[in-house]
Amino acid sequence: MDFLRPETLAEALEIKAERPDAVPIAGGTDVMVELNYDHRRPAALLDLTRIPELQQWEDGLRVGAGVPYVRIIDELGAQLPGLAMASRTVGSPQIRNRGTVGGNLGAASPAGDTHPVLLASDAVIEVASVRGTRMIPAAEFYLGVKRNALEPDELIVAVHLTPAKGPQQFSKVGTRNAMVIAVCSFAISLFPQENRVGAAVGSAAPTPRRAPEAEEFLASALDFKNPKPLLDSVKREFGELVSRAASPIDDVRGSAAYRKHALAVMARRTLGWAWQELLAKKNGSEERPCA
Amino acid sequence: MTLTPAELTSAVSGGIGTSPQRPDGNLKVRGEFAYASDLWHEDMIWGATLRSPHPYARITSVDITEALKVPGVYAVLTADDVPGRNLYGLEHKDQPVLAVDVVRYQGEPIALVGADHPETALRAMKKIVVTYEVLEPVVDMETAVDDTPLHPGGNLVRHVPIRRGSQDVTAEVVVTGRYEVGMQDQAFLGPESGLAVPASDGSVDLYIATQWLHVDRDQIAAALGLPQEQVRLTLSGVGGAFGGREDLSMQVHACLLALHTGKPVKMVYNREESFYGHVHRHPAVLYYEHGADHTGKLVYVRTRMYLDGGAYASSTPAVVANAATLGVGPYEVDNVTVDAYGVYTNNPPCGAMRGFGAVQAGFAYESQMDKLAEALGMSPVDVRVRNAMTEGSVMPTGQVVDSAAPVAQLLKLVQDKPLPAGTSSDIRELPGGVSNTTHGEGVVRRVGYAVGIKNICFSEGYDDYSTARVRVSMVNGSLSAAVHTAACEVGQGLVTIMQQIVRTELGIERVTVLPMDTTIGNGGSTSASRQTYVTGGAVKAACALVRDKLAGRTDIGDEVIDETTEWRHRATEAIDPVTGQGNAHVQYGFAAHRAVVDVDVDLGLVRVVALDCAQDVGKALNPQAVVGQIQGGSAQGLGLAVMEEIQTSGGKVRNPSFTDYLIPTVLDMPPMSIDVLELADPHAPYGIRGVGEPPTISSTPAIVAAIRAATGLALTRVPVRPEHLTGT
Amino acid sequence: MTTSRRQFFGQAAAVSAGVALSAPAVEALAAEPAPAGLVDVVFEVNGERQKLRLDPRVTLLDALREQLGLVGTKKGCDRGQCGACTVHVDDRRVLSCLTLTATLQGKEVTTIEGIADGDDLHPVQRAFIDHDGFQCGFCTSGQIMSAVKVVEEREVRTDDQIREAMSGNICRCGAYPNILEAIKQAKAGDR
Repeated sequence: MDFLRPETLAEALEIKAERPDAVPIAGGTDVMVELNYDHRRPAALLDLTRIPELQQWEDGLRVGAGVPYVRIIDELGAQLPGLAMASRTVGSPQIRNRGTVGGNLGAASPAGDTHPVLLASDAVIEVASVRGTRMIPAAEFYLGVKRNALEPDELIVAVHLTPAKGPQQFSKVGTRNAMVIAVCSFAISLFPQENRVGAAVGSAAPTPRRAPEAEEFLASALDFKNPKPLLDSVKREFGELVSRAASPIDDVRGSAAYRKHALAVMARRTLGWAWQELLAKKNGSEERPCA
Repeated sequence: MTLTPAELTSAVSGGIGTSPQRPDGNLKVRGEFAYASDLWHEDMIWGATLRSPHPYARITSVDITEALKVPGVYAVLTADDVPGRNLYGLEHKDQPVLAVDVVRYQGEPIALVGADHPETALRAMKKIVVTYEVLEPVVDMETAVDDTPLHPGGNLVRHVPIRRGSQDVTAEVVVTGRYEVGMQDQAFLGPESGLAVPASDGSVDLYIATQWLHVDRDQIAAALGLPQEQVRLTLSGVGGAFGGREDLSMQVHACLLALHTGKPVKMVYNREESFYGHVHRHPAVLYYEHGADHTGKLVYVRTRMYLDGGAYASSTPAVVANAATLGVGPYEVDNVTVDAYGVYTNNPPCGAMRGFGAVQAGFAYESQMDKLAEALGMSPVDVRVRNAMTEGSVMPTGQVVDSAAPVAQLLKLVQDKPLPAGTSSDIRELPGGVSNTTHGEGVVRRVGYAVGIKNICFSEGYDDYSTARVRVSMVNGSLSAAVHTAACEVGQGLVTIMQQIVRTELGIERVTVLPMDTTIGNGGSTSASRQTYVTGGAVKAACALVRDKLAGRTDIGDEVIDETTEWRHRATEAIDPVTGQGNAHVQYGFAAHRAVVDVDVDLGLVRVVALDCAQDVGKALNPQAVVGQIQGGSAQGLGLAVMEEIQTSGGKVRNPSFTDYLIPTVLDMPPMSIDVLELADPHAPYGIRGVGEPPTISSTPAIVAAIRAATGLALTRVPVRPEHLTGT
Repeated sequence: MTTSRRQFFGQAAAVSAGVALSAPAVEALAAEPAPAGLVDVVFEVNGERQKLRLDPRVTLLDALREQLGLVGTKKGCDRGQCGACTVHVDDRRVLSCLTLTATLQGKEVTTIEGIADGDDLHPVQRAFIDHDGFQCGFCTSGQIMSAVKVVEEREVRTDDQIREAMSGNICRCGAYPNILEAIKQAKAGDR
């Protein structure tokens, strides 16, 4: 096996063009499990940990693919509350010190914790090759179980996200109170200025996916200009539509029926929290629901 | 009340009743304690095990030709290379060292590879060609006895009946239930490991993490066809055990490879292999019928229980006997009918795990007590207290409980403890934890109680003893003692206890614990909560012999006083094979729990908010270690209640990893308030009562009782899953 | 006393001579580039410069244990789900089983063997002894390496915050209450 250690992004892209079979590794928290148990033996590994461009975030926001979760939690919590909430549930503190959103995207596991947030917040994935740069909306990035829209010569460079203009929430079910893989997960983003809602499910279909009918329903049901307390019927209908957007399976972590049920509950609750936050803001209160 | 032995005060610090620093503490916090997986020997090679992918199959051929050609391979061994008896087992010799003609569980060892590097061994293993005729596995414990026989004698490992009192009595209030317990794994954190070093005379040394050096040795010697003295075992550091190291794993394999190649051989399982490499807690199906009068007094208990022993017997016979003899719990019942069956299937082999049969029965009988309370309109504590056994009570076996049995007192102690503050607003304290599933929505807090009973030490007439040697000599002008046993320290703190006993008995402060090995006599198993009792008793007895020779001297010059003795607890009896009557057990231990649980009833997620415990330990030789055992046992009971299960499908394990076999984290484990009673047992050294297992029994049903109270659901199976709570 | 790697075999010498605990010293790397399939890495471990030539798939955990003889760091699950292999890389706690050694060029690694000052234990090690924060001890190296960082994190103050910060380290013996107390003691001393 070859071990390739580029120092710059340009160098990395050249290597990837020459060696499309090289598996990129940053935090290693996904790839290493497969290597340790010999489930995968790539011909080459491409070490991305030495490339400064990948480890930075810039206002705007452009978050380098190699920024570890711990920095998203510590540095971007105010601008990207949804992503920070999801990051806080990834593995353990040790994993969050190394693991990256880029890695989550590269693995494209349906259970990856950040995917629903990226979908619900209209993230755009910046990928690059020697041929140039492509901007792929998150909704077009996930193609199948552990398959993404990356071409063999491309690398994930950054994730582009708009600083939250409204409340965001993330919720994930696991059967342990920490360090647990999602049985299913859900993210919601409110865009009050645009009268729009983003909603997406994780670990409940072959890929993470948006819940477009739920988004549309909510956008029409909510009055962002003059927010009033939510009707239970709106929450229920939203939950139903989110649940319907999923096509989960039975597996060792949970049943399909439970996943659909739990998604509806999480959708109702996170909508409630998000809306409460919006109301509180409108009323001039600084109170925020605990997170 | 019973006779209480005189309070013993130690002339020196660190004697019994105190909590001195563990002698292995400094090494453990520095990372210098030598676990089996840390051993290294110059010129050593690595062993690896080829295992069956099928739960049940006929082996039609094994071709090792290509594997032998891999450069760096020293040996590839199959059943043909086992020189001695290719069958071993704790109670029945039914398990092959390496499979012959048939495999009976997924993960059964078929061949061994010895190679210069683990990677080489892996490559060679992939070149071994085994052809199978795959057979339909037997996986249902309830019908296994009538299914395809997996062993020559059929699929019944043991049936334990108990008949006491009237068998056809009726009662005013009757509750029935069917309960299930999933397969729990010991999941000790240090996977199986050992290093076998061949000697030039054809003998072998094995450095191994185990629970019972001598029975390992006897089984290894038989398989190797060697006299016992040519197999020498030394205990290396043990990374937890909890029953899972009572059976052999790679012991014979490593020795076979070492003797075959003439090279030291190291074997280390990875986590996945560990799931296949040791026995688990028996899954169980238990049917119960409780009859009581209108005051809540139990009139009768009838139960039929099945325990799935998997492919090989291991300790199934003893587990079944425990489930049966302890099957009504710590209650007085005049009329008892028990039929407990341990069976063979093609599921993973099951054997010892902390609680050993009492856990499975405990979940069922405590669930029944709650059901009875509900039927009677009584409180769960009242119905238990109404029936609580006391000293002098008669067990279903006819055995009279002849030391303290403070069941009612334990229940009242936990009942009277203050309740925790109300539901928190911090998500870390709510069901789902940091996953942010609730900010209080759907959360219902309720309380549950349970109490359990466990036999301490080996039962049913087993000659249960330990051997201890105490040596005293002058070191730097003062008396110094060394204590030597073959009793395995697995983390529980036996090394500390032995030092404490020597200090108290001899008044010598400096006590060295020698490595545990087979150069001394049998120490018995580190199981059944028995080591402080039995090996503690042996050390105490050896000290008495030394004390006689010391005769009060504080300077013995060049003299060395060196005494070895065996010590056994009072004898037990076999139980009658038809009626189950007999004085089967040495001692009974009791613990009670009160669980306070927040349940998110909409998502089916649980957070245990408090798990308070009261336990009688007779005498706390080391109060800090006693509390540690209670915390640890309770944590494992919590795991069984809400998350831990090896899931199988058609005999195959679906979750052999720590990603999908979940163990409680520090965020799952609540604070515990613990009351330790010290009601001395006059039959036991210092009055002690075994500590390690009782808390594992009552913690599970207490938590499930609280979840039931919160949800109103019957919850007849553990671990409770979100699906059970949400009807999905 | 009981067995350390050194003392253990000192005492057991009569039983078996020649068993030791550390792997042979790493051979000095040749000046020429690594042959195909191998990679050279130079990094610091516990303040000492190490040069290793290894298969790129070798994890930091395996390099420490098998090549550098630092077996205090434990392999519990090999997939980042138990925390027994926690070490510090450039002052952050990470899982050595999920870290490729080859990615550590120029980095500083600290293991359990590197935190005491000679015979003087690190305050966190001392606190684990004082509070009996372990039984079998297999998770202890990882718990302590995690705890050292948690003690340094000023924003982690309450019991719940400590629990969350320690939730990546499994203790199967269930010594969690004592681990929590140990960390609180170390934090109090740290203030």
